[in-house]
Parts: sequence; C-alpha cells; structure tokens
Amino acid sequence: MTPVATTFHTPHRVGHRRSTSEPPAVRWLLIGVALAFMALFLVLPLVFVFSQAFAKGIGFYFKTLNDPNAWSAIKLTLTAAAIAVPLNCVFGVCAAWAIAKFDFRGKNILLTLIDLPFSVSPVIAGLIYVLVFGAQGWLGLKFPQFADWLTDHNFNVIFAVPGIVLATIFVTFPFVARELIPLMQAQGRTEEEAARVLGASGWQTFWRVTVPNIKWGLIYGVILCNARAMGEFGAVSVVSGKIRGQTNTIPLHIEALYDDYNFTGAFAVASLLAFLALITLGLKTWVEHKNAALNEIELSK
Amino acid sequence: MASKLFRSRKNSVLPGFRLTLGFTLFYLGLIVLIPLAAVFWKTSTLTWAQFWQTITMPTAMASYRLTFGASFLAALVNAFFGLIVAWVLVRYEFFGKKIVDSLVDLPFALPTAVAGITLASLYGQNGWIGQLLTPLGIKVANTQIGIFIALTFIGLPFIVRTVQPILEDLDPELEEAAASLGANRWQVFWRVILPMLTPALLTGFALAFARALGEYGSVIFIAGNIPMKTQITPVIIMGELDMFDYGKATAIAVVMLVVSFVLLLSINVLQWWTNRYNTTNLA
Repeated sequence: MTPVATTFHTPHRVGHRRSTSEPPAVRWLLIGVALAFMALFLVLPLVFVFSQAFAKGIGFYFKTLNDPNAWSAIKLTLTAAAIAVPLNCVFGVCAAWAIAKFDFRGKNILLTLIDLPFSVSPVIAGLIYVLVFGAQGWLGLKFPQFADWLTDHNFNVIFAVPGIVLATIFVTFPFVARELIPLMQAQGRTEEEAARVLGASGWQTFWRVTVPNIKWGLIYGVILCNARAMGEFGAVSVVSGKIRGQTNTIPLHIEALYDDYNFTGAFAVASLLAFLALITLGLKTWVEHKNAALNEIELSK
Repeated sequence: MASKLFRSRKNSVLPGFRLTLGFTLFYLGLIVLIPLAAVFWKTSTLTWAQFWQTITMPTAMASYRLTFGASFLAALVNAFFGLIVAWVLVRYEFFGKKIVDSLVDLPFALPTAVAGITLASLYGQNGWIGQLLTPLGIKVANTQIGIFIALTFIGLPFIVRTVQPILEDLDPELEEAAASLGANRWQVFWRVILPMLTPALLTGFALAFARALGEYGSVIFIAGNIPMKTQITPVIIMGELDMFDYGKATAIAVVMLVVSFVLLLSINVLQWWTNRYNTTNLA
C-alpha cells in the first residue's frame, strides 16, 4: 500500500513510458505481426502478378496484349464501364439529392434497397438477368411481342453485350450513391436554400452550390465504381457466354488464358488489372488526402 | 400506397424532389427490384417437393457446410489480424505507414479473377508458397484450406475499415482513468478498449462473412471445385446454369438470398448499435 503515497511525494518518474501506451517490445511485436500478415496476404500476391507477367520476357508480354482477343476484351470492358459508371453516377446524385435534401417516409427502406446489390452474390446478380431476358425468361413469357421484337431486331441481352452491361450496372449500383448520401446529409440544405432565396434557379443552385460541395465525394465514388466495373467477374461470367473475341471482358479473357494453361499470358493480362487496382488505390488515397485538407480549412473558418 | 409512402412531409424551397425520387425509384426498380423478383417468380414455377429436393441434395448440403465454415473461419482470422492492423495503423508511427494504410484496400480494388489466379498459382505445388508447404505435407490448392485463404484475402479490409475510425475516436481519458485506478495495460485493453470496439468488430466480422458467402472469382481457381469436397455454393449455382437447369439454380439462389437478407438485417442492427455507442461516448 505504501508505494502509492511515495510516488505522490516524489515527483520524478520511474519510467519514460506513459500509462496509456504499450512497452516497446509489445509495440514492435504488434507492428511486426501486422506487417507480416499484410506482406503475406497483400504484398506477395501483388509482386507475384507482375513477376509472372514478365516471366517469358517483355516480348511475350506485349505479344499477349496485342492479340485480337485481348483487344476485343479490353474494348468490351471499357464499353461496359463507360455505360455503367455514368448511369450509376446520375442515379447516385439523384438518390442523394432526394434523400439528403428532403424528408419523406420510407427513407430507411430506400437506403436498404440501394445497398441490396452489395449483399447479393455476383453469380446471383448474373442469374437474375438470365431469368428475365434468357430463354424461357420472364420477359418472353409475360411480354412475348416485346421479346419477339427484340429478337427480330437482333438485340440479344443474354450471351451478348447488353447483358454484360446490365450485370456490370447491377454490381456497381450502390457505389456513388453510398458515397454521396452521407456526405450530402452531413452538409444539410442551408447553402442550397440560401442560393434559392437569393434568386438562383434550381439548376444554378445545383451546379454552383451542390456540385462544388460534393465534387470530391463524387470523384471518390466514381473511382471505386469504375474499379469494380472493370474487374467484375462472377456476374459477367454468367451472362456473357464467354465467346472469345466477342463477349469476353478482361477478367473473362484472363480465365480463358488460364484454362488454356497459358499462365504467363493470363498473368500478363492480369497485370493490366493489377495496375488499374494500384492506380485506384493511389487516386483513392489522394482524394482522401484532399478531402481531409478541405475539411480542416472548413473547420478553421 | 407507394405515393403516400414516398411523399415529402414538408414543403421545401428546393426543387427536384419528384424528379430525383422518381428517377431513383424507376432505376432501382428496373435494375435491382424487378430482376431480383424474377428469382421468386422462377421459384414459384417449382413445386414445393422439387424445391426442397434441390436445396437439400447432397452436393448442395456439402457446399453450404463448406461455404459457411470457410467464411466463418476466414472472418474470425480477419477479426484477429484486422484488429491488430487497425491498432497498429491508429496508435503507432512507423516507416511506410501511409502506404500500408492504402494497401489495406487492395482486396477491394484488385479484381477477383486476378486474386483468384494469383492465389492459385502462389499456393500451387510449384508456386512460391506452395513449394515451401509441399515438403511439410500441407496442400493448399484444390483443398478447403485454399478456399479459406482466398476468403481471408478478400475479407481483410472490412474489419480494418470498420474498426479503424472507432479506434481513432476513442477518448484517451477513459484509458487514463483506468490506468490511474491501477489497471495494467492488458486490463485496460481487455476491460475498457475491447468492449468499446466490440460493436465495430462484430459489424466488420458480419460484413466480411457476408462477402465471403457470396464470393466466387477469387475462390474458384484455388478451390479446384471437386464435388462434395471443395465446391462452394455459388459454384453449384454456376454448374446448374451451365446445364441450363435454371429452376435448380434459382432454388439454390433463393437459399443464398434469404441468408444474405438476414445478414443484411443483422448488419444494419449492428451498425445502429455501433453508432449509438459512439454518440453516447461523445455526450
């Protein structure tokens, strides 16, 4: 019992360590465990992709990427992303505007429904479009004329490009909305209301007040949405039919090469997507950094 | 009914409520709700006996056990290591911390097919890690261990990113109070810090578990997909689809969807709990 009294009277400290931190040994052990785990599970696979991609030299690498099937896969992936990302962007802005700027009943249900695609397995995401548009699908049974009209105009959805685009839209559906809704809810509606009272039209308010405010959140959502759109495998795999040179996206082309035991080729194409992932992480960090700096300026005002 | 449900409660000077909500509901219905409803429409074309027989066939039952077991174990391992990673990133300073912090999101950013072929080759017999494990008699590729590894890979960011913000906001005074009352560091962690992190840890665990249940791309290459042994449930659905047996595929999809919806509901409850904990701390 006596030590309590003595420490009270003697002002010098026994150790330099604060009572709310760990001994250095524990600290280094934890850092070591965390870094070892990350190295094994994240860094090693990343290094492996690039080392395998160039295993047969740079000539083979560019030969693989220059193949017509590879080009067609790259084009299809870019097309699907170019349609899915802007559409989900418009949706995200609309949903966030309605949810953040207005009060209405059923808002929580709507929020849950928007998140729904994230909790659905990619394979099921593809399956649902097969059930709607595929052979003996819902559309053909309920609206035979419309289905016939589509067939007559050579517009196939399943095992064709439109199905791939739809599946991509589904799996990337919540990304932009998810970033914008909490952001716009936190920002409230006072700035927009002020603009309106001062005589700005609805569009002027949106472009000059809202867009500058949500710019970074929007960019952030687009980056994540795009990464997933270009990398989606399961959902696209169900609806694509995997016709080489026609309905293969980059991930499906990787699978095709891998199944042919052309491992170096598969990793060469995979290195494109791994590179995209690194760019995504870099941009994401940059936007977060920008955003944090912006928030500090806001707070100091 | 719907118009009453989604009617704005008070008049606002801001325009565009009808337009934006209208488009939101239209797009949601077209892309998500109608196609998802097709699953239940397709199921209704099966008799109850057919449905039951499909979802309880031996390969499906084995796949549920495997998918649940591997997802649970992977989420558990991630909860442990994810907590350490989050702790280290929030509390300590070390060289390269910023890069490590960005790298945590790699499993989100790296397409699943790339992760799949990489893990399969890395842990294959001739792979960098497989080579080291083979002499020890450990086989990872084409076994259930491989599935567990792939699910651990994709689950890590969920735990780190749910625990990290809560850990950052923890009030140091609570730890100081505990320490001044004579608690040692381990007691402070076990009795003060960990209970406050529990809701976030559980949320992260549930998110990682839910993601793992539906995962396809990163698993199929390393799993080998041997019936009754290493076939996860999405692979069973894929197999039925390849045979154009849409009824069977849909029946198993219904099982997965129901589990996902229950999980989604529990995650919402957990998140509400996490936030409540947070606001009481602030007050």
